Order: sequence, then C-alpha cells, then structure tokens
Amino acid sequence: MKYFPHTQQDIEQMLQAAGLKSMDDLYGEIPEQLLFNREFDLPEAMSEVEIRKFFESLGGKNRQLVCFAGAGVEDHYSPSIIAPIISRGEFLTAYTPYQPEISQGTLQYIFEYQSMICELTGMDVTNASMYDGTTATAEAMMMTVAAAKKRNKVLVSATMNPKVKKVVETYALYNGIVVETIAEKEGVTDLAELDAKLQGGDVAGVILAQPNFYGIVEDYTGVAEKCHANKALLVMNANPSALAVLKTPAEWGADIACGDGQSLGIPMNYGGPYVGYLACTNALVRKLPGRIVGSTTDVDGKRAFVLTLQAREQHIRREKANSNICSNQSLMALYVTIYMSLMGHKGLKEVNKLSYAGAHYLAEQLVATGKCTLAFDKPFLNEFAVKTTVCTKKIQAALLEKGILGGVRIADDMLLLCVTEQRTKEEIDLLVETVKNL
Amino acid sequence: MSKILEGLYYAESHEYVKIEGEYGYVGITDYAQHELGNVVYVDMPDVDDEVEAGNDFGAVESVKAASDLISPVSGTVVEINEALADQPELVNADPYANWIIKVKLSDASEVENLMDAEAYKAAIGE
Amino acid sequence: MIRNYDKLIFELSKEGREGYSLPRKQFDGCCMCKGLPENLRRESTPELPEVTEFDVVRHYTNLSNKNFGVDTGFYPLGSCTMKYNPRINEEMAAHPAFTQLHPEAPAECTQGALEVYYNLAASLAEVSGLSAFTLNPYAGAHGELTGLMIMRQYHIQRGDLKRTKVIVPDSAHGTNPASAAVCGLQIVEVKSTANGTVDVEDLKPLLDDTIAGIMMTNPNTLGIFETEIPEISRLVHECGGLLYYDGANLNAVLGKCRPGDMGFDIMHINLHKTFSTPHGGGGPGDGPVGVREGLEHLLPNPQVKKDAEGKFYLDTDETSSGYVSNFLGNFGVIMRAYTYILTLGRENVKMVGPLAVLNANYVKEALKGEYYLPIEGVCKHEFVFDGLADKSTGVTTLDIAKRLLDYGYHAPTIYFPLLFHQSIMIEPTETESKETLDEFIAVMKKVAQEAIENPEVVKSAPHSTPVRRLDETTAARFPKTTYRQMKG
Repeated sequence: MKYFPHTQQDIEQMLQAAGLKSMDDLYGEIPEQLLFNREFDLPEAMSEVEIRKFFESLGGKNRQLVCFAGAGVEDHYSPSIIAPIISRGEFLTAYTPYQPEISQGTLQYIFEYQSMICELTGMDVTNASMYDGTTATAEAMMMTVAAAKKRNKVLVSATMNPKVKKVVETYALYNGIVVETIAEKEGVTDLAELDAKLQGGDVAGVILAQPNFYGIVEDYTGVAEKCHANKALLVMNANPSALAVLKTPAEWGADIACGDGQSLGIPMNYGGPYVGYLACTNALVRKLPGRIVGSTTDVDGKRAFVLTLQAREQHIRREKANSNICSNQSLMALYVTIYMSLMGHKGLKEVNKLSYAGAHYLAEQLVATGKCTLAFDKPFLNEFAVKTTVCTKKIQAALLEKGILGGVRIADDMLLLCVTEQRTKEEIDLLVETVKNL
Repeated sequence: MSKILEGLYYAESHEYVKIEGEYGYVGITDYAQHELGNVVYVDMPDVDDEVEAGNDFGAVESVKAASDLISPVSGTVVEINEALADQPELVNADPYANWIIKVKLSDASEVENLMDAEAYKAAIGE
Repeated sequence: MIRNYDKLIFELSKEGREGYSLPRKQFDGCCMCKGLPENLRRESTPELPEVTEFDVVRHYTNLSNKNFGVDTGFYPLGSCTMKYNPRINEEMAAHPAFTQLHPEAPAECTQGALEVYYNLAASLAEVSGLSAFTLNPYAGAHGELTGLMIMRQYHIQRGDLKRTKVIVPDSAHGTNPASAAVCGLQIVEVKSTANGTVDVEDLKPLLDDTIAGIMMTNPNTLGIFETEIPEISRLVHECGGLLYYDGANLNAVLGKCRPGDMGFDIMHINLHKTFSTPHGGGGPGDGPVGVREGLEHLLPNPQVKKDAEGKFYLDTDETSSGYVSNFLGNFGVIMRAYTYILTLGRENVKMVGPLAVLNANYVKEALKGEYYLPIEGVCKHEFVFDGLADKSTGVTTLDIAKRLLDYGYHAPTIYFPLLFHQSIMIEPTETESKETLDEFIAVMKKVAQEAIENPEVVKSAPHSTPVRRLDETTAARFPKTTYRQMKG
C-alpha cells in the first residue's frame, strides 16, 4: 500500500511551482557519494490480505499460556470499552497538547489521570510522562539528587525488583550517582542496615518497594522519619493497583511515589507500552520532570486545562533541565484513566480481594503438596515466593507442558508466583496438581 | 523606558547589586523583568550557599521561558527573599524593592567590574 | 458533538454506581486468607469516580470531540512528522497472539514476537546504513540517552576517560543538551553559519581529547541538509570522537541517503515520526538505537539474537552499556512500525523522503512572499519562516498560529528553532495531497492579508475553538493539577 496521494501530474505541477526540474533536484545539494543508489533489502509491499496472513502465521509461533508470572507485569482484566475509546483518531493521532484550544480532550484526561494517581498514592502532584516503572524510578532517583544539591548517593533496597534496579543503576552510572544496596533480611529490607547507612549523612534518597519483589508487603513504620532526620528523601516504588488497599506512600511519609501503571488494566503486550507514574509532594514539584497539566480559565472565563510549569522542561532549560523527558505517555495514561473510572475505589478493592484470595488459595494448596513451603513468613497480596524441593526448572517445564507459565524463577529452589482476578480455580488446581505429581 | 536606579551596580546579564556595608542585595533589573514578562517562579538558592561572580545561583521563570540568575558578586547567601516564593509577581511590580538574595561579600572590589547606572543605560540602548 | 460539554469524570460520580465486571468469588474457606495486618492497610479511601460504563463511554467520546488529530485535519507541526497513521498497523498491534505475552514467557513460546523485533531491527539497519539496532528505548529522548550511554561506554572501555564533553549545534532541539546532561556529559555549543548549518571553522578549535562526540541531525532543525557532513565526520573521528545522529528528521532522507553512509556511528529513530506509529497525544513512541559495525555489543540488554538454526533468543552482554527499559521496549509500537514497513515495501519506502521534501518545497515557495523566509534554497522535509514578511502589523507568530486553529488547521511549530525570533516551522509530510496543501496555502495567505487589514481578528484568535486563549500565567503561578486541589 502506498500512503502517498501524489499523481504523476501532481508531482510535475508541484516541481514546476517550486522552480525545480526533477525529483533529483530536491536533493541536488547533497554530495554524490552520500546518495543511496540501490534497492533496499526489504520485502516487496504487502497487501492488507497478505499482512493479516503474515501476522497470523507469526502469531502462531507464539504460544499462549495461562499466566502465573508477575515480577512487575501482571495479567489483569482489561475492560472491553477501553480499546475502542483510545482508538478514536482524535486521541490516537494527536500530538502533545501544545495548542490547548484544540487539545482540551487530551489535557482534561491527563488532569483526570493526575487526580486519580494522586488519590491512589496520596501524593500532591504527578505527571503523565513516564515510559514505564523502571525509568520512572530512575527519574525519582535523579529528583532526590537534584533536590539534595550536594549529595549524590542513593540507597536501593535489595528487595527491589531487579529489573528496576538494573535500570536505576544504569542511569546512575552515567549520571555520576552512587547507588548502594540495602541488604535484605528474611525477605524484607534490613532496616537496621538502612539506619546505619543513613548515618553517613551523605544520602540523597532511599528507594524502597511496596509490595517488594517477593510480593511481601513491607512494614515501613518509622522509615520516613529516619530518612528525613538525615535529610534524605524517601522514594517508594509501589504497585498502583495494590494501593487501593495498601497504606499509601504518602501515609508512609514518602516524598516521591513511582511505579508502573501496567497493573491498572494494561495488557502485558510483551513488555510495553505501559505508563510509568511519578508523583511527589508539593515541595518537590519543581524537580518533577515531564508534562504537568493544570486547570485555568480562558478569556471568556470558561474552565480549561493547559500544560503548566513548562519552564522546568528540557525544551526551555536544555542542559539545565533535571531530565530529558519529552514524551507524554498520554495514550497509556488515558488507558488507565478509563480503567480507574470504570473500577472506582470499590472495583479496585474487589480486584485486590479476588487476587488476594486466589494467591492465598494457591499458596495453601502448594504447601499441601509437600513439595513447596512459603519462602517467607510475611504478609503478601497477590504474589509470593515458594521454596521448592523439586528444581524450579523442572517445575516450570512440567507446567509449560500443561500450557501454564509457572511464575518467575528466582533460584533453583525458589519460585515467584502471581495470581490475578483472571485466574480460575480450575487453572490454579491444574498448576497444583502438576506440581504434586512431580 | 526601563527604570534604572542610580547608585546600584549592574551586570551585562541584567542583574543588579545594591551595596550596603559588607552586604549586597542582588536582583534583576526592570529591563530584565520587562523582557521576561509575567514571572511565575523564582528559583532561589539556600541560605549559606556560596555564590560566585559570573556563576548562576538560580533562575527566574515566566510561562514559557526561564532565565538563569548570574551573580554579579561573590560571597555567602545570608538571606533569600521569602516573599517571592508565594508572590513571584513582586519581581514584575518592583524589581528593585524585591531583591532576590542578600549576599555577604567576600570581595567588595568586584563591583568595579560592573556597570554604573549610566553605563547600563547605554548598554540596553536607552 | 456537544461542544460545550465541560464535565470532569469526577463530576459524574454518584455513590453506588458501578462500571466494572469482575468474576465471582471462588476461594471461600481458604484458611490463609486472614487479611492484611491493619497497619499495612490504607487509612483513607481514594476518591475515584463511581460511574457506569455508559457514563465513561459518553464522557470520553465527548472529550475526544474537543481534540484535534491527524485524522481530523492537516497537522503541519514542524519536527514532529505528523503523517497519516494507517489503521492496519493498529489492527496488527492489537492481535491477541501478541498482546497477551508476558515478558517472562520463555523464548520458545514467543518466537513470533522475537521475530518481529529481530526483523524490524534488521529493516531499520538497512534503511539507515548501520549495523545493528536495539528497539528497547521507549522514545526519541530515551534513544538519545541510550545512544549517549553507548558513546560514553565506548570511550570508557578504551580507557579514554577524559572524554566527557559533547558538541551540540546551537540550533539543536532542547532534548539533545538535556539528554547529554542526564548522561553526565558537558555540553559544548558549536555555532551555525548564516545559512543555518554547522560552522566547520567554529567546530575545529573545539575538537580535542576531551570530546566524546557530536550530536547532529541531518537535515538540521531548519530543514537544511548539512552538506559538510563528510568533512565534519572526518574531523570528529580524527580527534577520537563519535558522531551521533538524532533521527528526528530522518523522514527527510528516508530512501535517499543513510546516516551510516554520512559517517554517523550511533543514531536513534523515532518510530512515531518516520514509521507512522501514532503520537497518541505525546506517547507511547519508541526510540530504536542503531550503531555501526564494532559497537554492537554496547547496545543495551536484553538483546534479541538468532542462532544457527534460525531460533530467536534473548542474550545479555556483560560489555553492554546497561539496561534502559523494563524489557524489549514498546513492543506494541514495534508491531505497528513493522507493519508499516511491510505494507510500504521496498518500492515505496524509498519514496517517503522525496515526496515529503517535494511537499515542503511546494508550500515554502508558495508562501515566501507573505512570510519572511530567512534561508533561501531547496529545503528538506521542513522549513522555517521568521514571521510575516510585513513586520509593521504587530501580528506575531503566536497570533498566526492561533488564527490557523479557527480555519481548522493545527498550528505549525512556533518559536523554534531559537535562531529566529518569530519562527514558524512547517512540515507537511508525504501523506498530504496537493489539494490539502493548496487549501493550506490559501489560508496562510488569507491570514497574512488579515494581519494587514484586520489585525485585531488575528490577535484575538482563536474565536471558534472549544475554548479560547487561556490564562497560562495564573495556571503557572498557582498550579492546580488535581481535582482535589481544584475543589480547594
């Protein structure tokens, strides 16, 4: 398919109007040796019929599995009306809302998104500009260093999802930030070690997870006070869906909350697109990267929305900006805004209850097989680690034969399993039965 | 025509410093506030921060622009104009009454490198 | 369309309404379900709306009517490449055989997805003249950052630790210096000549053993091709630096010349510009990064590779520049871009650049009487006017932009690049027809005429949009960014 409307006659007329003789004249100034003169090594154009068959065939090389894996990406239910709404061309094919007069749709839903994220996290302000949870956490780290001015050390708990940690460490390496790990103790952050490290007086930020990588809901009582006493900021990477029931980052006293919005109904999509969220207290708003929408009025006094606090951003501050973020992960923000609108606080609580019930049922049944024990005796929501007597590779292989993605392997004898509201009793029983028979 | 006060020292980057004893009050000129338009935020250093002549110590933001604040003098920040945190528009209203930082000067002779009112007037072409 | 619809979703809320449909409880009687300890539970109730599904559908449909997209009308936003976004791309990206894959699924169960990734990376390498691509970075700015990490890691691994400066032209987009700063590099600015290209004489004295490289886009942000690029490449490489190509303007040369052949070592591509994936109000995009031969190992992890039997697998390289994303980038966006390349095919991909350039020159030549064209000559995919030719009217670039909204057009990019005071940057893209361009030209001329005859109507524009000019000063001085703050 050609998506160009030009007829031969158009081309001739346009060239003439532009004072040019041939299409080659359009590139006449370019040194000869730079011009590309062969055919591309690409397939010939495919029709829609061929395209559909092509992807059908490629899709056939993927195997659809019943998902018990989590580790930051969860298989939640996605309501049917979201896809058609976000596919509306007015949303889909718009750019960043630079012209607010004709972008009120985008601006208003971002305002709604910001409001909802702040409700879930308890924070004052947020953006809609983060790519995913890993990069949002890296941005949070850079915020703490920018706010501290003269400190460049950040502490990250060993219970943080390793994928998040790797991205944080990569950003830190090039940015000149020193990342130290706070050890874990029985599946949770070693708060005594955190305390000791804070005493150095050189820590800009502390980054903790909730729930943590093992699915454990950690008890952070007193942590914020200790951080603040040592002039360090507290960053909490929290699962936003779980925040419908868990104590919020604000209630823990965190200064910044961040994480991945995927759990708010976004399909797993083999890793993306998702939306990261990054929210903070009012005191830090100037350090918050990305686009922020505020409410205002137009010349007729009508309520309206607009990108605000823009003078912080890269297109104005250039190298002095705190971040290079230019994106606005708008369409995915719309995705989760519609999701949260449909769910409301009751629906989100219900999602958590169902997932909690499924996960605890699975845990109980697995322990009953005698092949597994709970790795940690700690409260969890919908994800947990088990110690296994059989090698986890063997367990996952057996489950794969039954069409089950059997969690995430942490070690040869430790498996991380996640249950969402989409998992049925039959699916869980099949998993348990398979493990039992090993 | 911009307001220029006699007795102050001016920098090419449109900051002024008003000397009182061993202290200097630093702000932006009337010309600068006019060029920038409605000021929406003033990014200020902390008390006890060191500033150095020729280096930036903060920024003034309008809706769609930001201008670095370059210190015309060196020394230690002893006070910041807290009122600007909530009322940045004061910079527009009267930039000379609303200085941004008060600096304890480490080298009083630095003002000799700055312009007087007449020279600044010429510099901005008025 | 209900033009005056002005409700927030929160304002539709009524206690007791439900918009969700969840499965029934299945696990009663599980003895582990004791519930969370009280001190781990949230104290406050989040104030999310309580609305029906129908409320939600109508609300967001009404909001969409207050929006303008490429599907709505001509969107000549310079440097953003607002081309048509084919729907077949959307259909393929939504294919359930791909959307339900968990990133932890074993490679044996995701061969189709990995093949898409691998083939798109190879296609991008072919059209850009580089050796290998990662598709992991999520956006253009993220690609820049990733590319600069590769540049720094290259020097670090050679033990060349002094190289911590990067040269950026003064006409560069703001993300270039911002990305460099995030990557821990100091920025050295190189000046432009009168015709907007990099001043080679100004560049020469900057080149020493502290230079990690240079970031350029070609054509540059003025839409001018940097014809001195072979010389710049020679100079920078001789001093030990690398050349980074910002792919923001790749659409101009797609099919005609390749960054790799120009001497660039590293580049990023904005799939949401050149490869027609929708902008989605600002994202999600994807920012693949390519490198020349010899730098492949520095691409971020994980890397997708193919073994001797043609099986795809995930690899991690210890000598890579690191990890920049959760997994393999925005896979849904990758699906769209791959579909686009396949539907265009080799015979049409090469027409993208030339037709985009033809459209730009056609518009430029038609309007250069009414608008001031500071740099004459053949432009590439975009060009910049410095406001109206008649400077006596008092009508600014902002006014012109706002007036265009009244006539049903999105405004061009304004006040960028910074080299001119009244920049109007126009990029028509190759998917617009002569008729659309003719209508736009007529309207631009009409606005120029209005500026002379009735300047007030232009200065107070827009008049016919859902809202008119906004009070941005109050919005910035007293930010209200949530419903809770708005309610006070």
